[in-house]
Amino acid sequence: MKKDIELVADVLVIGGGPAGTWAALTAASKGSKVVLVDKGYCGTSGATAPSGTGVWYVNPDEESRTKAKLGRFELGGRLAEDTWMNRVLDQTYENMNQLSAWGYPFPLNEEGNPHKTGLQGPEYMRLMRKIVHKAGVKILDHSPALELLADEHGVGGAVGVRQQTGETWKVEAGAVIIASGGCAFLSKALGCNVLTGDGYLMAAEAGADFSGMEFSNAYAISPIFSSVTKTAYYSYASFYYEDGSIVEGAGSKRGRSVIAKKISEGIKVFAVLDQAPEEIRPFLRISQTNFFLPFDRLGIDPFKDKFQITLRLEGTVRGTGGIQIVDETMKTLVQGLYAAGDAATRELICGGFTGGGSHNAAWAMSSGTLAGKGASEYAQRTGVGNRDLKGLSSVPITVGNSTFKTAEYVRAVQEEVMPYDRNLFRTEHKLAGSINRLDDLWKDIRNGSISIEGNAIKARESVAMTLTARHMFNAAINRKETRGMHKRIDFPQIDANQHYRLISSGLDEISVRPKPVEQEAILK
Amino acid sequence: MIELVSESKCVKCNLCVKVCPTNVFDKVDNDIPVIARQDDCQTCFMCELYCPVDALYVAPQADWNVSITEAVVENKGLIGSYREKVGWGPKRTPVASHGYIYELYKRAKF
Ligand SMILES: Cc1cc2nc3c(=O)[nH]c(=O)nc-3n(C[C@H](O)[C@H](O)[C@H](O)COP(=O)(O)OP(=O)(O)OC[C@H]3O[C@@H](n4cnc5c(N)ncnc54)[C@H](O)[C@@H]3O)c2cc1C
Ligand code: SF4
Ligand code: SF4
Repeated sequence: MKKDIELVADVLVIGGGPAGTWAALTAASKGSKVVLVDKGYCGTSGATAPSGTGVWYVNPDEESRTKAKLGRFELGGRLAEDTWMNRVLDQTYENMNQLSAWGYPFPLNEEGNPHKTGLQGPEYMRLMRKIVHKAGVKILDHSPALELLADEHGVGGAVGVRQQTGETWKVEAGAVIIASGGCAFLSKALGCNVLTGDGYLMAAEAGADFSGMEFSNAYAISPIFSSVTKTAYYSYASFYYEDGSIVEGAGSKRGRSVIAKKISEGIKVFAVLDQAPEEIRPFLRISQTNFFLPFDRLGIDPFKDKFQITLRLEGTVRGTGGIQIVDETMKTLVQGLYAAGDAATRELICGGFTGGGSHNAAWAMSSGTLAGKGASEYAQRTGVGNRDLKGLSSVPITVGNSTFKTAEYVRAVQEEVMPYDRNLFRTEHKLAGSINRLDDLWKDIRNGSISIEGNAIKARESVAMTLTARHMFNAAINRKETRGMHKRIDFPQIDANQHYRLISSGLDEISVRPKPVEQEAILK
Repeated sequence: MIELVSESKCVKCNLCVKVCPTNVFDKVDNDIPVIARQDDCQTCFMCELYCPVDALYVAPQADWNVSITEAVVENKGLIGSYREKVGWGPKRTPVASHGYIYELYKRAKF
């Protein structure tokens, strides 16, 4: 089928968040011809752009680095690897300094030097778009990828649609980088509704494996009315019941489970940032303007007024599972296919826990850079050539009318992944039930077909969420212990015999197998 | 959710149509854009930041509609308030460079 827009490139990048933009930029700087497609708009789309991130920027001296590496090591269930942490710390250090050189307006410290431990999302991603554009990368906005193209030599491109014109596009490329972020199941967590696991689906269809999909149950605190899932400031919060008495044990980090339990029992929980010392309140206001925005608009003073809270699912966005990576080129098991950012497993640097802050942003920029380099070298080595590429979608994408029960599928998946008593607090019994229902859903999906003229991307999102949920729960049922963010009510302890990764693979049948942790950080 | 495109302020530049990550707006020839798919709005406030004349208002409620009027949000000083705080627009300094960020870093407990 001829597409309205047909392009040829060395490297195709799918997704224009931090991982995708660093990947595109790096590939272009190595002399590759690069096309970047984004479902939304490169610069505003994805989890970083509207929110902003703390960044794992650590001075390269031995002492600071060791401290940084050990910081999350236990929380992550000892699944991070020393070599990877070193690699990412080095690359992040370099990239942050580069951002400063490009003119990102970091605040200054006492010595008048830029202070680089965080990035404001809108500012950062506007700058990244500018730099990517300058580097000669062709950007297609509102142009989601629908499926990958491949032949017997591996992946060689993708096809998609342009949402605002209805045109179809095809990019043939020597290598493809999946940087489409994680999956938050359309929960409306800040910036996350474009993140529906599309890249996981495309990678699985090409034959890639996943690692750590059990670490996929991140829930973030937000005011009940709001999308703003910024959680750091809740470390200054007290949590109350409706009658004004304190919720014992509730907290922003480990105490989040207490909050979840209450909410799932139908009890309302309220927060107020009354623990924030008076003198730092102005600093808090400036540092995360978006945290205060919803309150200001409703006339709530979050330091004084109690407001009802909820926990929104962020899935793998602030989880750590994702596409399995073979080596530091960020290649997957499939020839020509690379992954970066939330799309790729982050266990390598933070094990089974990330929560708020730093590691994710560092991973996105570092893995993006590495993938850009890896994919570019591969594409230049193998060339684009004349190939007989075929679409890999597990549900046929057709021309002409077809009905696909998108809304129904989305609702069905959400019913499995959103409830705290299924996904946050996991048990064999409930996981097995979810897996059965999701498998049935998958069979139904497989019998359908998606019309490229309809809302094809929404249909594909529903397929992607279903597959993501199946990988999550199949991994989760196989980890019969509590480790990192993965909580098993029936196995509440960590089990030294399960100190391994879980690799999951498949589409119709999902199989899960353990894999040893290569080289964990040496504990002092 | 996005609630308002101000007819009196909008200069029909269609930047909001371009930057909205979830493609909520539709361009209209010779007219202001329309909010065509409000249900798809993810309440990320990005359109407000890019609108050069503060013609948009995103209500903070993510999951339900609210009825507001331009006069009310204008009177409360809410329209354009986020762009101002972020320090975007002529003669403003990006909040990203604000010294308080460093001050917080020195004292923060998270
Ligand atoms: C509220 C919030 C606060 C956070 N705070 C922090 C923090 O303080 N520190 C930290 O380290 N991390 C933080 N994170 C996590 C961090 O934002 C992510 O890890 C980071 O954005 C990942 O970058 P990425 O490029 O992989 O994905 P994203 O930034 O999510 O970008 C993915 C891009 O892919 C595009 N895309 C998706 N599907 C397709 C498709 N089919 N075709 C084409 N394009 C597609 C999307 O439109 C999007 O632009 C936070 C996350 C949230 C939600
Ligand atoms: S960005 Fe603002 S001025 Fe431009 S079209 Fe949208 S509402 Fe109108
Ligand atoms: S708030 Fe975000 S999703 Fe909603 S219309 Fe504005 S840019 Fe689009």
